[in-house]
Amino acid sequence: MAAVHHPDNELGHEHEHHGPPAGIMRWLTTTNHKDIGTLYLWFSFAMFLTGGVMALTIRSELFQPGLQIVEPEFFNQLTTLHGLVMVFGAIMPAFVGFANWQIPMMIGAPDMAFARMNNWSFWLLPPAALLLISSFFVPGGAAAGGWTLYPPLSIQMGMGMDMTIFAIHILGASSIMGSINIVTTILNMRAPGMTMMKMPLFVWTWLITAYLLLAVMPVLAGAVTMLLTDRQFGTNFFNAAGGGDPVMFQHIFWFFGHPEVYIMILPAFGIVSQIIPTFARKKLFGYSSMVYATSSIAILSFVVWAHHMFTVGMPVTAQLFFMYATMLIAIPTGVKVFNWTATMWRGSMTFEAPMLFSIGFIFLFTIGGFSGIVLAIVPVDIVLQETYYVIAHFHYVLVSGSLFGLFAGTYYWLPKWTGNMYDEGLAKTHFWCSMIFFNITFFVQHFLGLAGMPRRVPDYALQFADFNMISSIGAFGFGFSQLIFLYCIIKCIRGGPKATDEVWEGADTLEFTDLPSPAPYHSFETPPKVK
Amino acid sequence: MGSKVTAILVWVSTLILYPSMAAAERTDGILSTVNLPAAGSQIATEMYDLHMYVLYICVVIFIGVFGTMLYSVIVHRKSKGFKAANFHHSTTVEIIWTIIPFFILFGMAFPATQTIIDMKDTSTPDITIKATGYQWQWGYDYLQGEGEGIKFLSKISTPREQIRNEAPKGENYLREVDNNVVVPVGKKVRMLLTSNDVIHAWSVQQLGVKQDAIPGFIRDAWFKADKPGIYKGVCSELCGKEHAFMPIVVEVLAQEEYSKWVAGQKQESAEPAVDVNKEFTMDELKATGEKVYAGNCAACHQANGKGISGTFPGLDGSKIAVGPKADHIKMVLNGKAGSAMAAFKHLSDVDIAAVVTYERNAWGNTTGDLVQPSEIKAFRN
Ligand code: HEM
Ligand SMILES: [Cu+2]
Ligand SMILES: [Cu+2]
Repeated sequence: MAAVHHPDNELGHEHEHHGPPAGIMRWLTTTNHKDIGTLYLWFSFAMFLTGGVMALTIRSELFQPGLQIVEPEFFNQLTTLHGLVMVFGAIMPAFVGFANWQIPMMIGAPDMAFARMNNWSFWLLPPAALLLISSFFVPGGAAAGGWTLYPPLSIQMGMGMDMTIFAIHILGASSIMGSINIVTTILNMRAPGMTMMKMPLFVWTWLITAYLLLAVMPVLAGAVTMLLTDRQFGTNFFNAAGGGDPVMFQHIFWFFGHPEVYIMILPAFGIVSQIIPTFARKKLFGYSSMVYATSSIAILSFVVWAHHMFTVGMPVTAQLFFMYATMLIAIPTGVKVFNWTATMWRGSMTFEAPMLFSIGFIFLFTIGGFSGIVLAIVPVDIVLQETYYVIAHFHYVLVSGSLFGLFAGTYYWLPKWTGNMYDEGLAKTHFWCSMIFFNITFFVQHFLGLAGMPRRVPDYALQFADFNMISSIGAFGFGFSQLIFLYCIIKCIRGGPKATDEVWEGADTLEFTDLPSPAPYHSFETPPKVK
Repeated sequence: MGSKVTAILVWVSTLILYPSMAAAERTDGILSTVNLPAAGSQIATEMYDLHMYVLYICVVIFIGVFGTMLYSVIVHRKSKGFKAANFHHSTTVEIIWTIIPFFILFGMAFPATQTIIDMKDTSTPDITIKATGYQWQWGYDYLQGEGEGIKFLSKISTPREQIRNEAPKGENYLREVDNNVVVPVGKKVRMLLTSNDVIHAWSVQQLGVKQDAIPGFIRDAWFKADKPGIYKGVCSELCGKEHAFMPIVVEVLAQEEYSKWVAGQKQESAEPAVDVNKEFTMDELKATGEKVYAGNCAACHQANGKGISGTFPGLDGSKIAVGPKADHIKMVLNGKAGSAMAAFKHLSDVDIAAVVTYERNAWGNTTGDLVQPSEIKAFRN
C-alpha cells in the first residue's frame, strides 16, 4: 500500500534507522501494526470474494426450482463453506485488521504490545484458509453438515471434515493470540492522560470483543476436538449409542456461537460510533451509556445460547429462561440505536460515504434486531426456525450490520492510511448499489421463511419460485457491486487528491488530530498529550 | 453526479420490478404469499397471532425511531446551514429509554409464556404416533389410540424426472408422499420423535409443530387439527444430501372417515402376511429387490450401482456385494458406524432378502446367490 513511509529520522531508535525490507520478505517478517493490519484486510477481502463466489453459486442453483447447476451434496458443501469462510475468513479477520491499524493510533501507542506474536497470528490464517478451500478437492469433498457442524451428520463426512476441524483450530489459535495482543495493548499502552473512559468507542468495543474471543474460542476448539475424536478415535461424546448426546454438541457450539455473533458486531458498533459524531459535527451522545451497553451485551451474550435450539425439545423452564434472557439483550442494543439517533439530532450533518454506510448500518441492522426479537418469541420461533426467515435475520445483522460497518470504516480511515482521498462518487455508487441490491436479496427471504421455505435446500416447492428468483437477481447485483469497492480502493491507493491531516472536519481522535496523512510507518514513538 | 443518477435508476427499477415480478402469474394476490399460512390448529393460531402482535409493535417502534432520524437527516444538514448543538448526554432521557423498552419487551414475552406452556403439554393424548427419521424418509408407528398397531414408511413421491427438469413439475412438486400420515380431526395427537441416523426435524407449519428427531432420544410434541384437510411440512434439520426431499404430509379426516381408514389398514395387515418361510424364486426376489433398491439405496449408491466417487461407494463389483452373503446381509441390517450407511433393520425380512438378492445379481454382479427371507429372520435373532 501507499502507506509505505520511512520512519522519521529524528525519532529513530537504533534498529529503526532503515525502512522495512523490500518485497515479499517485508510482508513475511513484518512486525509493524500497519503492515499487519494491511495483510489482514487484504486477506479478508480475498476470503470475502471466495465466500461470495460460493454464495452466487448457491443463488444460481436456487434461481429456479429443480436441480440444474450443482448436485445436492455439492450444494451442501457450498452452504457449509460459505458460512465458515465468511465468518472466520472474512468478517473476523477484517475487524482484526482494523484493530491493528487503528488501536495503536487511537490510544497513542507506537505499535501493538506483542509485535512478533502479531505477525504469527496473521500468518496462521493463510494455511487455515488453504485447508478449508482445498477440502473441496479431497475424496468426499468439503464438509457438508452446515457451518454449525452438528453431529451425527458431521460424523458421516469424509476427510474434508477433519480438514475443517484443523482449520478451525488454527483460526482459533490466531484469534486468541490476536485478542491477547489487543487486550494487552489497550490496557498497558495508552498515552498518558488517556483514561479508560476517554478511550474512543472503537477501542472500547474491541477490548470487550477481545475478552469475548478469549472466553469462547477455546470452547469451540473443545467442541470440534470432541467431534474429531468421535470421528477418528471411537469416542462417543455425541453418539447416543455409546452413551453420548448429540444435543450436547449444540449446547457447546452455541455457547460459543452466540457470543461469536457479538464478536462480529461489537467492533462494527465501535466504528459507527466513531463516524456518526464526526459527520454530525457533534459529540457522541451518551458515551458512558454506550460503554455500559456494550458490556451488558457482552455479558448477556453468554446466557442466551439455547435460543438457537428451541426445537430440540428443552423443558418449559429452559425455553422460558432463554426467551426472556434473549429479549433482554434488545435493551442495550436499543440504547445504542437511540444514542446514535440522538447524536445525529441537531447535528450539522454531511453525507460522505462513511456516513452513508453508517446510517445504512443503523437502519438495516435495526431490521435485523427486530427479526431477532420475533425469533426470540419461542412459539413464533417454532414456526420460523430453520427457515429462510432465519437466513434473512442473520444476513441483516451480519451483512448490512458487520459488513456495512467494515465498509464505513474503510472509507473513513482510507485517507489516513493512504494519504489520498478516495473517489467520493464511486464510493456513493457503491453504497447505493449495495443498499438496494442487499434489500432485494434478503428482504424477500423473510417472506419465503414465513411461507415455510426451509433453509439449506438445493430445491424447493413451486410456491417459492418468484421470491427466490428475485433474491438471486439481487444477489448477483450485490456481488458485482463489490467490484466497485475494490476498484475504488485500488484507485485511492494509487493516487488521488491529497488528504489533509485532519481528513474529516469533525474528526477528533488522535490519528486525525496528532498524525499527518498518510500516517507514518512508525507513529507515536513519543506519546501524544491527551487533553 | 454519477452516483445520484445510479441511485435513482436503481430505485426506480426496483420499484417497478419488485411488485411486478412477485405478482406475475399470481391470481390470489401478493399478500397471501408474504405471511404465515392460515393456521390449522389452536396452537398454530396462537403462534400466528403472536407473530402479528410482535410485528406490529416492532413496526411502530421502527417508524418512531427512523421517522425521527429521517427528520434529522433532512433538516439538520450542514448544507442547509444548520449549526450543531452541543448536548451530549442526559441521564433522564437515557434512563427512560432503557426502562420503556423493558416494559415493551415484557409485554411481548408475557403472552408467549402461556402458549409455550400449552405447547409443551403433551399429556392425555387421544392418539400417539411415533415418527422416525431415516435418511431420507419418515417411518410412522401408531402406538396408542384408534389405529394402534398401524405402521408404514412414507417417502417423497415426486418423480426424479421432475426434479431433474426432465418432466414438467406437478402442482405438489416436492410436497407429496406415497403414504400420508392420517389422523382424525379434533383429536389430540401426540407425536413421538426419534431418528435412526442423523438429526431430522418433523415440522408441519400450519399445525404449529416443529420438533427435532434425535437419534437415541425420544422427544414429543402434539397437535389437534381444527379442520379436515391436507397439511404439508418438510424435514427441518439438515440431514444430508436428500434433505430437501423428505416432505411430510398430514391428512386430517373426519372421525368416520378416519375409522374407515383404520379398518382398511387393519384389513390389509390382516391379510395373510407373506410367509417368511416361503421359498422365493430369483425373479420374484429380484423384482421386489429392484423396487426396494430404488426407494432406499439408489439415492447414494445410484441406480446404476456405481455410487458417487469419493462419497458413496459403488456396489457394482464391490467386495461386500460379491463377497460372502453374511457380510452383505449384516451391512444392510446394521449399517456402518461412522459413515452415511444407515441400518435398514426397519425394512421387512422379505424386503431385505429381496434387495440383497438384487444387489448380488444386478449390473455386473453375477453371484447367482439367492437370499431367502428366512435367512434374514435367522440373522435378526
Ligand atoms: C436484538 C438482537 C438479537 C436477537 C434478539 C437475536 C435473536 C436470534 C434468535 C432467536 C436466533 C435463532 C433463530 C433460529 O435459529 O430459529 C438467531 C439466529 C442468528 N442470529 Fe440473532 N439475534 C440478535 C442479534 C444478532 C446479531 C447482532 C447477530 C450477528 C451480528 C446475530 C446473528 C445471528 C446468526 C448468525 C443466527 C443464525 C445462526 C444459524 O442458525 O446458523 N443476531 N438470532
Ligand atoms: Cu444467538
Ligand atoms: Cu432433513
